Amino acid sequence: MESVQADVAIVGAGGAGLRAAIALAQADPGLRIALISKVYPMRSHTCAAEGGAAGVIKPDDSLEHHFNDTVGGGDWLCDQDAVDYLVQEAPKELIQLEHWGCPWSREPNGSVAVRPFGGMKKQRTWFAADKSGFHILHTLFQTSLQFPSIQRFDEFYVTELLVDEGRCAGVVAIEMRSGQMRAFHARAVIIAGGGAGRMFPFTTNGAIKTGDGMALAYRAGVPLKDMEFVQYHPTGLPSTGTLLTEACRGEGGVLLNKNGRRFLQDYGMGPETPLGKPVFKTMELGPRDRVSQAFWQEQKKGNMLPTQWGDAMLLDMRHLGEKTINERLPLVRDMSISYMGVDPVTDPVPVRPVVHYMMGGIDTDMRAATRLPGLHAAGECACVSINGANRLGSNSLTELLVFGRRAALSAIEYLQSGARPAGAAALAAGAAAAQGRIRELMQRSGGGETVAGLRKEMMQTMEQNAGIYRTSEGLAEACAKLSELRRRYRKVELHDKTNVYNTDLLQALELGSMLDCAEAVTQSALARKESRGAHQRLDFTARDDVSFLRHSLAVYSQGDPPRVEYRDVVITRSKPGVRDYSGGGGK
Amino acid sequence: MAERKVELEVLRYNPETDSEPHFQRYSVSCPEEWVVLDALNHVKETLDPTLSYRWSCHMAVCGSCGMMIDNEPKLACKTFLRDYPGVIRVEPLRHFPIQRDLVTVPDDFIAKLARVKPYLIPKEPRPLEAGEYRQTPAELKRYKQFTLCINCMLCYAACPEYGLIPDYIGPAALSLAHRYNQDSRDGGRGERQEEVASKAGVWECSFVGACSEVCPEHVDPAAAIQQAKIQSTVDWYKEHLMPWLKK
Repeated sequence: MESVQADVAIVGAGGAGLRAAIALAQADPGLRIALISKVYPMRSHTCAAEGGAAGVIKPDDSLEHHFNDTVGGGDWLCDQDAVDYLVQEAPKELIQLEHWGCPWSREPNGSVAVRPFGGMKKQRTWFAADKSGFHILHTLFQTSLQFPSIQRFDEFYVTELLVDEGRCAGVVAIEMRSGQMRAFHARAVIIAGGGAGRMFPFTTNGAIKTGDGMALAYRAGVPLKDMEFVQYHPTGLPSTGTLLTEACRGEGGVLLNKNGRRFLQDYGMGPETPLGKPVFKTMELGPRDRVSQAFWQEQKKGNMLPTQWGDAMLLDMRHLGEKTINERLPLVRDMSISYMGVDPVTDPVPVRPVVHYMMGGIDTDMRAATRLPGLHAAGECACVSINGANRLGSNSLTELLVFGRRAALSAIEYLQSGARPAGAAALAAGAAAAQGRIRELMQRSGGGETVAGLRKEMMQTMEQNAGIYRTSEGLAEACAKLSELRRRYRKVELHDKTNVYNTDLLQALELGSMLDCAEAVTQSALARKESRGAHQRLDFTARDDVSFLRHSLAVYSQGDPPRVEYRDVVITRSKPGVRDYSGGGGK
Repeated sequence: MAERKVELEVLRYNPETDSEPHFQRYSVSCPEEWVVLDALNHVKETLDPTLSYRWSCHMAVCGSCGMMIDNEPKLACKTFLRDYPGVIRVEPLRHFPIQRDLVTVPDDFIAKLARVKPYLIPKEPRPLEAGEYRQTPAELKRYKQFTLCINCMLCYAACPEYGLIPDYIGPAALSLAHRYNQDSRDGGRGERQEEVASKAGVWECSFVGACSEVCPEHVDPAAAIQQAKIQSTVDWYKEHLMPWLKK
């Protein structure tokens, strides 16, 4: 097998991977950086983030406010030392992007504009209209083009990590164009592979978000942390799941039930605020978990609007006026018209909660390092944890910048610590074994299972049992089903046995990643017998700080369901309290 | 949901097994409001797992699913079945080599993007501690439109010049150069001119305007190129007729 020699290999070239690559190239132009991605960088799902990135910049705001909003928003499951690092680095990273040309929206005096977001006490979300992630991704990609030491391997799918004597020493990947496998020998590896929302049938996530990065680390023995916390974004288009950003509400949009009532006031997020005058941390500016849960409750009461795609609530932005909508929410208007046939300028838009983001992921410390020496992770695939049990909107774009850079710095520290290069024989053996596994999958016949069939069953069980509200019966059923699917996956048979751009093979591998992630989600959810943030149990309705103020760690166990272990949350100064979104938070 | 029978005629080509491309017919029953991409996904899931194409976001922002639909460059995720009453012909983007089925080889475009130095070359370098550059909404507006390119390459498939002269840098890359040239923070225009004002640059454009017509993001590359031509002309006059203006 051909091999590529690098100092650092980065898996994933979205926001976190590109940020890491640039930080490496700037820190030491002599480093050989291999930036490997299953898609061209600008196709990465960072491009679909709309609302913006949080960072304290205005005089009436403070790092302490950002810290408190994040920790409370996360229902105290965040590691507070990591949150301190996030909020402190956030403004620097956002200014850095500005210096690289990011077209942030501006105030009349030319300073950067910020907007309100759910669960935030002050305006601190930097935005570029409603295409913030798109602009961040393209700014990073374009900036990366000036560094010759960043060597890109676009459309290479990484199948395994190379591990030698307990250290991560590279990766093995398939070049989609040729079907050839390539070994990347690297002294340090950074995984920036994104989330896994595609485990669910109704999601804002693009097709590529199949948890590949998470599965790579997991199979190499790094736990997946807090996987039971899956964020539902309250406002997706019912027809396609397309995201309508939280900025719709930040700008003043309101949510109505079928009777025209702003029903959030009935779920502890009132009192009702005046139309067009949003109040921080109140009503429609509540956090995503609470708003999605209120939808579910209201639906049970029969107060939602039936549509051909299921029940929906109404997102009313008419009072914002055409000018504001065009200036601040142009994509939202375009998507609503295109995919729902509804113009938000003239009519309320039907929306419903949709799977959006994985709070959980590869267990890293606040330096973005994992327990496997040489392996680092950043972005949605990682769990530092700064998001706890519920991420606040606009913290994820900030996270991928801050921790993308941090992962690069940690990789350099690791290289400087004198990590020995791995043995050639071990690397060759690892690569050959990886190649053997792909060959076996390609040549398998008579298995009878199809990728599309297994994927559909996985999605159905996740939708039915691992959604906004969960029960032990449902989760147990999902765990059993996923164990069964994992066994049947070994009999999956490809229809396409050719080499060039074989998407049948690609989807089979992606399904394998998703099945591993899904099992980590349901096993961790079954074990967490409490309700916290985005994990709500109908059979354990209260938060239980005595037993569960802890991170779950799903540990891979070949051929069996994962073992779930726990680790204490790092609490430095904010003791667990009540999450108050009833009009007092903005004061 | 109103269902409808849809006939897709899809170009197939696998370099390992086919000597040349051919068309394959798929007949699928679809909800009326589906886009062409939904129909392709349905084919892949239920009829033919070997069909290859790129896609991801399904919201016209990742730029993966550009293809020829009834002979026009389109994003499959934003092309509605309801607009095509008859058989729908689906082919890979024109002017690019076919890798397989609907998947093209975009190497030429990717290389051209990098060549125009599409990154901020600061007029006045600024330390992070000094905070952001000031840029008024009016200054932002001068280039904002040209930042919206999603690199979907539809404009290259539409551009007759690119079809004839493969060296032509082309609409999206030239627009991106113009985007940075117009940015109040940037001082890199001189460096970019080498590519932009070259023979393969803006002067190759004969202003057919097809690029702007097919652009799904309304970037208007044709406008960017015409503006850049005017700037290049002014440069030429300054240099040749008024050399004393040169610094």
